[in-house]
Amino acid sequence: MKQKNIIQIIILFFVIAALGFVIYNTQQKIAAQNISSGFDFLQDEASFEISESLIEYSSFDTYKKALTVGLLNTLKVSILGNILALLLGILIGISLLSQNILLKKLCQSYVEIMRNTPLLLQLFFWYAIMNSLLPAPQEAISFAGTFFSNRGISIPWFEFSSFSWSYPKFKSFNFEGGYTLSLEFVALLFGLVVYTSAFIAEIVRAGLLSVQKGQWEASKTLGLSAWQSIRFVIFPQALRVAIPPLTSQILNLTKNSSLAVAIAFPDFVSVANTTMNQTGQALEVILLILLVYLTFSLLTAAFMNWYNKKISLVER
Amino acid sequence: MNLKNIKNNLFKDYLNSTISTMLIIGLFYTAYYLFLYFIVNGIWNGDADTCRASQGFCWSFIRAKFQYILVGLYPDDKLWRPISAFILFIGFISYIKHPKNWSSKNFSYFVITLLLCAFLIRGGFFGLSLVDSEQWGGLLLTIIVAVCGVIVAYPLGVLLALARRSSLPLLKYLSILYIEFIRGIPLISLLFMSAVLLPLFLPEGVEIGKLFRAQVAMIMFFSAYMAEIVRGGLQSISNGQYEGAESLGLNYYQKMRKVILPQALKVVIPPTVNTIIGFFKDTSLLVIIALFDLMYTAKASVTDPKWVGFSLESYLFIAVIYFILCLMMGNYAKYLEKYLKKENL
Repeated sequence: MKQKNIIQIIILFFVIAALGFVIYNTQQKIAAQNISSGFDFLQDEASFEISESLIEYSSFDTYKKALTVGLLNTLKVSILGNILALLLGILIGISLLSQNILLKKLCQSYVEIMRNTPLLLQLFFWYAIMNSLLPAPQEAISFAGTFFSNRGISIPWFEFSSFSWSYPKFKSFNFEGGYTLSLEFVALLFGLVVYTSAFIAEIVRAGLLSVQKGQWEASKTLGLSAWQSIRFVIFPQALRVAIPPLTSQILNLTKNSSLAVAIAFPDFVSVANTTMNQTGQALEVILLILLVYLTFSLLTAAFMNWYNKKISLVER
Repeated sequence: MNLKNIKNNLFKDYLNSTISTMLIIGLFYTAYYLFLYFIVNGIWNGDADTCRASQGFCWSFIRAKFQYILVGLYPDDKLWRPISAFILFIGFISYIKHPKNWSSKNFSYFVITLLLCAFLIRGGFFGLSLVDSEQWGGLLLTIIVAVCGVIVAYPLGVLLALARRSSLPLLKYLSILYIEFIRGIPLISLLFMSAVLLPLFLPEGVEIGKLFRAQVAMIMFFSAYMAEIVRGGLQSISNGQYEGAESLGLNYYQKMRKVILPQALKVVIPPTVNTIIGFFKDTSLLVIIALFDLMYTAKASVTDPKWVGFSLESYLFIAVIYFILCLMMGNYAKYLEKYLKKENL
């Protein structure tokens, strides 16, 4: 017991010494650079433009507003991305177990290619492809009221203010009306979805395989169709195995959305980085990043735990 | 596979037949298009203008940029050094990869091989001229960062995992704090952080290079993930092993070193290799803080005025490199899993 306390005291001493060393140096440097610490800088004028935003924003607004814009952009891409990735992942995961050997092999190669190349490379790739293949807005490809061009994708949008559908129309230089998803956003979303769906597919496959063969046979005996047995018997059981790894994939997608900075989509980390470079408030900005992502992970974990409890086996 | 099998597999019922037919048509069309794109219309000899005029894949871009993408700005006349280091490294890896060759003697040979490789690449003494780290680039730099990262972060991760399961509360909570902090933030913000914060933390006058700072961030990141994997291994060891070691009178160090860790680390070899693959892929993020890794050289090749606009060629080329390396590691993980399972039976 005594020995343990001595060890702990020694560790404590080293930790405090290291912290003291770091804090002392930081203070010296900050003092030399004339940066005031604290979060007052959030009220200053940001004076940088953000290419897309869910709320009204101009470069005269504060850093606080700029960071909010970034946060909303991160939320937008991660919520949409997670939903789409789950859908695609489940579809591919089921196909991985298909009896149709062609479909199975195709999905296997998809999973292997996605899992064995870096996400960042995929993002660059999709962005470059979309940039070079899609035409200028003048010659946009139109399909069912939606326009595809190298400015992005313009879709019809429901306006709540006038309570009517608004359709995109090409006016002299750009699209008006509807809702335009920027090319950066589309490339990021697409990249995140196809990358993450491969991992989700593997989890779904493992989950489905964990269900005993007898369950399949039993549901067949009951006269359920293949779809019915998956929907009502197999999937609910597979989900129990799959929920914990799925949670970490959802968090991964959210964290990976920070790669947006590489293709100039203004997500939270990207805006925070600009803020950090402009103000020099490195410590504060990093605390903010930590806070935001910690909140994301706690919220996701809380939701998934609640869901996990809801679907878990109730033993009677 | 005979005809009956094909019929059962692909054309069992209407749904399957429809899917199969569509897939077969799609595959043939894709194969035909790819054949046209890569082979028939591909440009093997010729400059950028010939490539732009053609509809095909520009192989001559790859030929022109091959060296730059793989080794960056490494001096031409010293190219034999990274090549021989690479051959040495691959040679030793292919020897030591069989579990039957795992021994502490071979491990020390492995360390010597790595030091030799480092010496070959960097030089600086024994008559080899110095090639500064700023001249390293491309695949060479990616592999260096990955190998250094794994070598430092793996033992660090083991220590962190041991600390997290330690009976000393201080050590335990410090370790939890560190692991959860790192796992909570994206790697990219950790890299930005290392670029800005590390210089702040050091006393006036102490400068550390950009590459070193990034390497520190990568190691911090990887060790936290490694720690969680090793913790899983430690948890899978039954209490009887701990008690048995204690009843033999072993102290903490002996117990861990001789009894627990050898078993725990073996259990988690497959997830460890998977994490290493993830780490290898994550080294591509170095491009965002402007280090000359494989991703950077591929991107920079496209901005060369002579070869501007061949991003598809460039990205596909490095995608193939990443893919082959990751696939090899992944297959190795599968092989080990199978081997170790058989050994335990």
